[in-house]
Amino acid sequence: MSAPPAPEPLIASGGFVLGCRTALTSVFAFVISFTYIGFGALCHDYGLSMGWAMLSTALQWAGPAQVILVTGLGPGTSLIETAVAVSLSSVRLLPIVVALMPVIRQESTRLWQLLVPVHFMAVSVWIETIRAAPRIARDQRIAFCNGVGLTLLSIGVVFTAVGYTIQALLPAVFAAGAMFMTPISFLVSTARNARLLLDKLALGLGLAIGPLMAYSKVDFDLLWTGIIAGTVAYGAHRLQRRWRPAS
Amino acid sequence: MTLAELGPYLALILVGFLPNEVWRVMGIAVVRGLDENSQIIVWVRAVATAILAGVMAQLIMTTSGALAAIPLFVRVGAAAIGFAAFMAARKSVFVGVLVGELVFLAGAWMYGP
Repeated sequence: MSAPPAPEPLIASGGFVLGCRTALTSVFAFVISFTYIGFGALCHDYGLSMGWAMLSTALQWAGPAQVILVTGLGPGTSLIETAVAVSLSSVRLLPIVVALMPVIRQESTRLWQLLVPVHFMAVSVWIETIRAAPRIARDQRIAFCNGVGLTLLSIGVVFTAVGYTIQALLPAVFAAGAMFMTPISFLVSTARNARLLLDKLALGLGLAIGPLMAYSKVDFDLLWTGIIAGTVAYGAHRLQRRWRPAS
Repeated sequence: MTLAELGPYLALILVGFLPNEVWRVMGIAVVRGLDENSQIIVWVRAVATAILAGVMAQLIMTTSGALAAIPLFVRVGAAAIGFAAFMAARKSVFVGVLVGELVFLAGAWMYGP
């Protein structure tokens, strides 16, 4: 090993533009394009308007919650159940916002200045912001975060429209292919984020129990899937911790 | 209450936007109080992951829309092969999505409508 790399110069201005550039070259620009092509196609398939689909991306900015909302708006599902499922699917936003705050906040930061970057918060934006923050001056970090967030969100909104249009124009096979984009990209990106036994078990059990619950036509099938599979995974996680306490 | 009674845009705000945004705003509020590793958050994260997995499985096995016209074994097979490719490519999301999608299109073309 040679000497540690010299610290890069601190970026003291132009945080917003740097954030935009970072987002455009990020792997997430690609993943988000594909995910939202799938979401746009899904909205078309469920008979919603293109404007509604784009507004959903801009306001919700959380792929899983959006898919749950669209599939839950069909006949037969109560809106309360859908609201609870949407909310539970977005719980991951809480810990990432909590972890982001000490990175971007200064003594002088006002509440309203935090509401914008917090709306942009998604796992993708969070990863890029946390990764870049150490070489960005503290007073530029909110601007950087806004640049990353606005760029990725805009890509999401544009590709929602692209997916919606593709679904309307394409022959059936390709339309089905666009629909398939949502489950396959969520499946692999959730698996990629699953590092602990806890996450892997929750993913595997949810995949198995979800269709079972839907097939047996229980009420609140998604909530039961989450509570049963999530609690079993959590129990296994606790047992694992007891047998092999963290060193 | 159903969607028809509420209207899609109002439903988007009440059922889609607010229950989602509450976590982002709450994150600012609880930043000093709540530990990311507290047991309730760990459990809630597992429940959230399982719900997401359930949604993906139900989407793949759906009985309505354009996907339903493609045989079930093509959909499940493409997801499984895409996942295997993702693992083989050292957890590359790009490879997983690309392979899964190509297998799906090939299967849909051969066995679809």
